[in-house]
Amino acid sequence: MAARKTTRKPNVSADELKQYYRDMLLIRRFEEKAGQLYGMGLIGGFCHLYIGQEAVVVGLEAAAEEGDKRITTYRDHGHMLACGMDPNGVMAELTGREGGYSRGKGGSMHMFSKEKHFYGGHGIVGANVPLGAGLAFADKYRETDRVTFTYFGDGAANQGQVYETFNMASLWDLPVIFVIENNMYAMGTAQKRSTSTPDIYTRGEAFGIPGEAVDGMDVLAVKAAGEKAVAHCRSGKGPYILEIKTYRYRGHSMSDPAKYRTREEVQKMREERDAIEHVRELLLSGGHASEDDLKAIDKEIKDVVNASAEFAKESPEPAPEELWTDVYADVAPQNA
Amino acid sequence: MATEILMPALSPTMEEGTLAKWLVKEGDTVSAGDILAEIETDKATMEFEAVDEGTVGKILVTEGSEGVKVNTPIAVLLEEGESADDIDSAKSAEPPVAADLKGEEGRTPPAPAQAAAPVSETPVEPEVPEGTEFRKQTVREALRDAMAEEMRNDDTVFLMGEEVAEYQGAYKVSQGLLDEFGGKRVIDTPITEHGFAGIGVGAAFGGLRPIVEFMTWNFAMQAIDQIINSAAKTLYMSGGQMGCPIVFRGPNGAAARVAAQHSQDYAAWYAQIPGLKVVQPYSAADAKGLMKSAIRDPNPVVFLENEILYGKSFDVPVLDDFTIPLGKAKIWREGTDVTLVSFGIGMTYALEAADKLAEDGISAEVIDLRCLRPMDTDTVVRSVMKTNRCVTIEEGWPVASIGNHISAVLMRDAFDYLDAPVLNCTGKDVPMPYAANLEKLALVTTDEVLDAVRQVTYR
Repeated sequence: MAARKTTRKPNVSADELKQYYRDMLLIRRFEEKAGQLYGMGLIGGFCHLYIGQEAVVVGLEAAAEEGDKRITTYRDHGHMLACGMDPNGVMAELTGREGGYSRGKGGSMHMFSKEKHFYGGHGIVGANVPLGAGLAFADKYRETDRVTFTYFGDGAANQGQVYETFNMASLWDLPVIFVIENNMYAMGTAQKRSTSTPDIYTRGEAFGIPGEAVDGMDVLAVKAAGEKAVAHCRSGKGPYILEIKTYRYRGHSMSDPAKYRTREEVQKMREERDAIEHVRELLLSGGHASEDDLKAIDKEIKDVVNASAEFAKESPEPAPEELWTDVYADVAPQNA
Repeated sequence: MATEILMPALSPTMEEGTLAKWLVKEGDTVSAGDILAEIETDKATMEFEAVDEGTVGKILVTEGSEGVKVNTPIAVLLEEGESADDIDSAKSAEPPVAADLKGEEGRTPPAPAQAAAPVSETPVEPEVPEGTEFRKQTVREALRDAMAEEMRNDDTVFLMGEEVAEYQGAYKVSQGLLDEFGGKRVIDTPITEHGFAGIGVGAAFGGLRPIVEFMTWNFAMQAIDQIINSAAKTLYMSGGQMGCPIVFRGPNGAAARVAAQHSQDYAAWYAQIPGLKVVQPYSAADAKGLMKSAIRDPNPVVFLENEILYGKSFDVPVLDDFTIPLGKAKIWREGTDVTLVSFGIGMTYALEAADKLAEDGISAEVIDLRCLRPMDTDTVVRSVMKTNRCVTIEEGWPVASIGNHISAVLMRDAFDYLDAPVLNCTGKDVPMPYAANLEKLALVTTDEVLDAVRQVTYR
């Protein structure tokens, strides 16, 4: 891939840029640690790492305001960290412990935070898309001007319910931003082998929903596109589609055979397009930070992540009685 | 020869209707295709066209008449050269008015228990204070009133679904709600069950209390992932942080002559899912009290109605705020010899069987489960400890049925009290056929209930 084409000056302050660096680095180090804990048997089941895609959520969170909502699929760790959820609670959920966001009952794919307006964490491809439109429906019904970021992948973009949702979201002018995180592979199937047209963002045209493609390896480009989409939704003009072209460095899940793409392809993306490296260069070349400053940030993040791993190991497993709680909001389950 | 114009059946379940308006008068000449009258069915007001040409000789049923049975002569059409004097002879040539509805419609639900056994119509009603006034209301009206009352009480309650607003409900359950609450709260959706069920669940996550109508539960199979994976499981998956207060409702089970894809009872399907509450009412009073509770419930509730029961009238208590807690069975009739357990339209067979058994000196206790999750098995177990025998009745299929579950509970909790095996009367293990005779064979019948009772009572 050619060298980065965006050489324009960033329209953000040095502090903001440093914050994006910090947020993206937190996700990457956290995910690396999660991968490590998985290898040690401390995390089980499905675990989908976000490494490579960090600029997507960090850029969009930079465009969000308090009270805006977000909902995503099962590749959700990055979204939770980016919206300010506690790394300890996320990591402890990964290890299935009492200190996890769902008290160990949800796992990697199912976490929620009412406080941070994070509505999961959903395991069925495409199913979170109408849910996100429903959250936006609630905001419109209540006559607030909040918007909902509804994230899904290029794979989910072929699900029927996505188009049912596009239709209703447009019909009812719902304040929802459909964020298609196009990492080029639906599990192991390349986009060109699963998707009839290359530009997924144009699929809103049939429903009257504007859309655009965004360089997902450039956090500033993502932020700028996010601001535009947010302004559109917040002003009552209805939904907006952002197809954010990104790349996943790791496998689909931890049991990925890695046969569907070459090692060289992954290596090339990492070397030439890495989103964190890009911000690092901007910070250094712009004179906004020194190597030592960045080292200090690296150290700070490493400490946060190590502490979360420690917390996740130390937190006890949920009590056996937890098996029977939270089935119903009001009554105990009958066949306990 | 003069021909009689008969009250038409304008829907699969129509038994009677209102002759709302005549658009012709006596002496008018009509040709085929002319609109003769407006007829209000159990679903909608429809125009009724002439099939033959001729002169309207006599109007037999005046406009505004309610409860005109299908196949009742409503007017006489004269051919050229005939006069109104010929009418009497034409009428006498016809068979008596009471048409064979079964032949016309394939199936009619058993008539409500007759005056001979009034006990069937006056169940034990612990939710209603003594001295309460009752009025006759259809299940359809009771459901509408329940929704309207809850929408007045709580402005986060809204109704969405296909044809719920301007059409006034495909089965007229939401009639009048658009007028009262407006398009913001009574929302017509496109025909996209998967999508709008998901939007409803998302709105519930977002703090609203949606009522999602499925035109029938058959179509909810398109949305079952949202009902089970998104609505039922999220409270648990979130460690109690995020619940989903939502009601999914609509007609369930066989209607009449609509064949395999439109005739299915989902009771056992949804009753299996932890996190859901499942309601299947029989009477109008239960439909109302349970619907109000369902809307207030903090959990997702699957509310299984029945098209054939929609038009059936029951006594409904006149109370400002009548609710029935979810998960409590109702004993419709006390008895000593056998316990009949049913729910929803199955209750029509159970109650009819109980009346017939009484004539033979067999005293049946009839329990309406009303809710399938949570299921009030305690009431069933207590009853069987008294009667020592049990027959279950449902329209669903026999494998992994509600009756199977009751049987297992009774084996576990009342084994020593059983004097006979528990028998399950169910629909037959086939897709629903269209042919009138085959459809009748596929459904559970009162005779099958009677046979089962005779088996377990060794008579």
